[in-house]
Amino acid sequence: MPIDIDLAYVARLARLDLTDEELASYEGQLQDILDYAARVQALPTEGVPPTSHPLPMRNAHRADEVEPTLDREEVLAQAPDRDGPFFRVPPFLEQ
Amino acid sequence: MSAWEAVIGVETHVELGTASKMFCGCPADTTAEPNTNVCPVCLGLPGALPVPNERAIEMTVAVGLALGCRIAADSEFSRKNYFYADLPKNYQISQFDLPLCLEGSLDVEVGEQTVAVGITRVHLEEDTGKSTHLGETGRIHEADAALIDFNRCGVPLMEVVTEPDMRTPEQARAYADELRAIVLALGVSDARLEEGSLRFDANVSVRPAGAEGLGVKVEVKNMNSLRSLQRALAHEIERQTALAEAGEPIAQETRHWDEAAGVTKPGRSKEQSSDYRYFPEPDLVPLHVGDEQRDRIAASLPELPAARRARYRGMGLDAGTARLVAEGDGLDEVFEEAAAAGADPQAAATWLTGEVVAHLRRTDARLGATPLDGAALAALLAMIDGGEVSATAAKAVLAGVLDGEGSPREVAEARDLMQIGDAGALEAAVDEALAAHPDEAGRLRDGDMKLIGFFVGRVMQATGGKADPRMVSDLIRGKATG
Amino acid sequence: MGDPADLTIAEAGRQLRDGGLTAAGLLDAVRRRASMTEAQLHAFLTIDAEGAAAAAERADAALARGEDLGPLHGIPVALKDNMVTRGVETTAGSRILAGWVPPYDATVVERLARGGAVIVGKTNMDEFAMGSSTENSAYGPTRNPWDPGRVPGGSSGGSASSVAVGSALGALGSDTGGSIRQPAALTGIVGMKPTYGLVSRYGLIAFASSLDQIGPFARTVEDAVGIFEVIAGHDPSDATSYRGPVPDARAGLAEGPEGLRVGVLRELSGEGNDPDVLEAFERTVDALAGAGATVTPMSLPSCADALNAYYLIAPAECSANLARFDGVRYGPRIGGDTVEQMMGATRRDGFGPEVTRRILVGTYALSAGYYDAFYGQAQKVRTLVVEDFRRAYADVDVLVCPTSPTTAFRVGERADDPLQMYLSDVATVPVNLSGDPGISVPVGVDRDGLPIGFQVIAPALGEAALVRAAAAVERLAAFDARPALATSEGAA
Repeated sequence: MPIDIDLAYVARLARLDLTDEELASYEGQLQDILDYAARVQALPTEGVPPTSHPLPMRNAHRADEVEPTLDREEVLAQAPDRDGPFFRVPPFLEQ
Repeated sequence: MSAWEAVIGVETHVELGTASKMFCGCPADTTAEPNTNVCPVCLGLPGALPVPNERAIEMTVAVGLALGCRIAADSEFSRKNYFYADLPKNYQISQFDLPLCLEGSLDVEVGEQTVAVGITRVHLEEDTGKSTHLGETGRIHEADAALIDFNRCGVPLMEVVTEPDMRTPEQARAYADELRAIVLALGVSDARLEEGSLRFDANVSVRPAGAEGLGVKVEVKNMNSLRSLQRALAHEIERQTALAEAGEPIAQETRHWDEAAGVTKPGRSKEQSSDYRYFPEPDLVPLHVGDEQRDRIAASLPELPAARRARYRGMGLDAGTARLVAEGDGLDEVFEEAAAAGADPQAAATWLTGEVVAHLRRTDARLGATPLDGAALAALLAMIDGGEVSATAAKAVLAGVLDGEGSPREVAEARDLMQIGDAGALEAAVDEALAAHPDEAGRLRDGDMKLIGFFVGRVMQATGGKADPRMVSDLIRGKATG
Repeated sequence: MGDPADLTIAEAGRQLRDGGLTAAGLLDAVRRRASMTEAQLHAFLTIDAEGAAAAAERADAALARGEDLGPLHGIPVALKDNMVTRGVETTAGSRILAGWVPPYDATVVERLARGGAVIVGKTNMDEFAMGSSTENSAYGPTRNPWDPGRVPGGSSGGSASSVAVGSALGALGSDTGGSIRQPAALTGIVGMKPTYGLVSRYGLIAFASSLDQIGPFARTVEDAVGIFEVIAGHDPSDATSYRGPVPDARAGLAEGPEGLRVGVLRELSGEGNDPDVLEAFERTVDALAGAGATVTPMSLPSCADALNAYYLIAPAECSANLARFDGVRYGPRIGGDTVEQMMGATRRDGFGPEVTRRILVGTYALSAGYYDAFYGQAQKVRTLVVEDFRRAYADVDVLVCPTSPTTAFRVGERADDPLQMYLSDVATVPVNLSGDPGISVPVGVDRDGLPIGFQVIAPALGEAALVRAAAAVERLAAFDARPALATSEGAA
């Protein structure tokens, strides 16, 4: 069963600005990978709960206590662009 | 009568007043210098991992209990995936299909009517950073850069979602007001709308009055006061009704309230906003709230606003005054102390919601910062009752107490405001006044009782307002008829 | 063997304590080995000469004061480049993190430092740990010291290569679907993936959070245990960190295999394996039986489907984990008129093809309308895997199978066939899905002289049984071959 993929839509969701040629070259590979992975659909899983954590743990919390913060200069030194104490980016199109 | 009715649901985001952020130990203080309350976790640095703040979870459970929700024994955090520059991980840790609190209800009073607003869910998530556009002309697309401050990023946000149970903007406002009162009563947030610690979004649709189904839903955002919530909804309902009556389609969209223009405007749609690809947050383990923990939180809940108002009404207050006292900043405490100290509740409430609030507004002070307590208010009311100060003088005494000049008696004495209650001294003053105005005194004796008021005024003037006007009046009446 | 670079950690530790060796001298030895081999192997992305020298000096000073910081005191250790190091560039093998200098240390880095270890540098890896050959590094591939024409496995190929060749005595890797065990097998060393949750992931650049686990590479099981002891233990900064006591893995070293119940994992121990691999595996199983272990064939049908589920779960988690690389706060940026364009261009340019593929697969598997059929279904299959293992452990103490169906393949051989590459992980992935510990021990060489790995799997927190079986395998196989490049003739 061929899997239906709107790859341009998926790339947009993933914020990957791929060219049409790139999209085309990934398409076939993704078909193969998803065809392979989709074999899980044939397995009988009725009534089987999903597992999202390998160990049965719960409630790993922290107390509401303030801890040291990072040095702003050390943080901003890694920024591709900054403006004084702020991170600077091109304007937002969407809001 | 409109043939259309509105259907309104409200989503409220509440910034919780924890000391630290939701998933890291940075101070949950959004007013600090930009980008100082940040760490690897809230900045989304590679390798950093979240650990949930237990206090935020307990606060959310408390609100859920106050809203009559079922507390889920087992819940979990999920990742809500969308790219946004002030969301560092480009996913928000939120709750999806397994929230902490479900299926509650809140009774909201609108005038004489009570509306039961269903609470769909109460869940916990993290706030985003704040961005400002440079070269701002009010239009984002004319800016050439945006600046980002991540201090707010990761502050715990509680989201309360209602069922579409409201029909009018007034009901929505009353709901928002009641929710705010509950949040304040529980002490889980400062609930300041103007600072964004309480934010409302509303879903609105219209349908033919009495119809069962729902119309096309429009989400209205950006309302930062209770008043603007009501105005925005009124406008949006009007807009949709006009479209519906004209037979034009209503677009399913997100609209932003423009406070200055008084209209809602279509927002630029967040691309693919409907495809958030929620999945269980693998960096966090499931939450479990046991019966014992739930019961402990339930037992620690303070009296809720509705119960408090009902109790105040039982003490003799009218509905409006009961609400004012119950929700005023610190009024409830002074009120209850005064009543416990023997003051008449209605008198205490009248003074609190009248003179006290007016004085605080004039002096821009908070009640808690003044020395006025219930005992002082009760003492002042007792002095009025006992004729020791006049109602007029009592206002001045109260001002003195609020300004820190001492107890009511000390202020009254220091400012020479004690009433003259000594019959002998008053009689002398009355005689003086009668002697000073022989014509009027004659007419009074001839039965012109209207002149009692004239002479009371003279005596009050002569005594600097310290005479007890009732006693003076009685004395003059006695002279006239005697 | 006279060169300290060829010592085991245990032997180096003895010599450091009896004064026959200094940490500085040991560091010199591994640095010499690196300078002889790096041009061919490219095991390291960053060599922290200054930091390592300072750490060695501190280690010697502490020893001189009579302080003993444990099994890694003074030992040169390499670190996979997906573990963040304060002040030392950390890229996870990706261009999107080129030049990033983290402002904090991973928990394992702090633990290594507290344990007196000397971190020699950051090792090469498949970009964001996605790959089985270390060819997916943005900085060029790492080669196998047994044959530089072949891959060292992956994704922790740099760590494996460095330990195999002696440019470190031990190393840390991360294992999401076999990224420690498979390269250990392909380079003839020991690689261990502890129980999920025993080693903190704080500061490990995430690939797939519910599968990732940090673990040791070493030349002996005992050395791997020594590293494990230093890095394991609860960390309040990792909510998935196990809160109970760390299992006593060392206890397993001394015990023999007598009475040990060994299950041969049938679905992964037959067809599909290279004949030489299978032969070495079966020989070792026979030796275990001969030494007193009870050997039973065990069928775990879900293991045949584990890889399919893995290739949905891991990409789904990675699609979210890698969303943060957007050019806003760190790393290079490709400009754009809007922030959305900037992000799209930065990400397109910053990620290599395999990472891009997996982000696309994962995004698809989570997207509206496909979640239940893909991600949701994969999570249910994960439950089947967990249940299969649980049932098996009612009858056996450990399960065994070949670590990798083949020995080291040639560089470039599988680069254009993602699915073929994924099949390298068929025997290692089930253990990541179940969260159980696994270890690969070298047991022989194939017809080309390339090493073959033997995998032992134990129930969660069963590190003592795991190590007991692994140590027995190690003794019985008596594997003592060394890669060509580790000898002076080979390193010419």
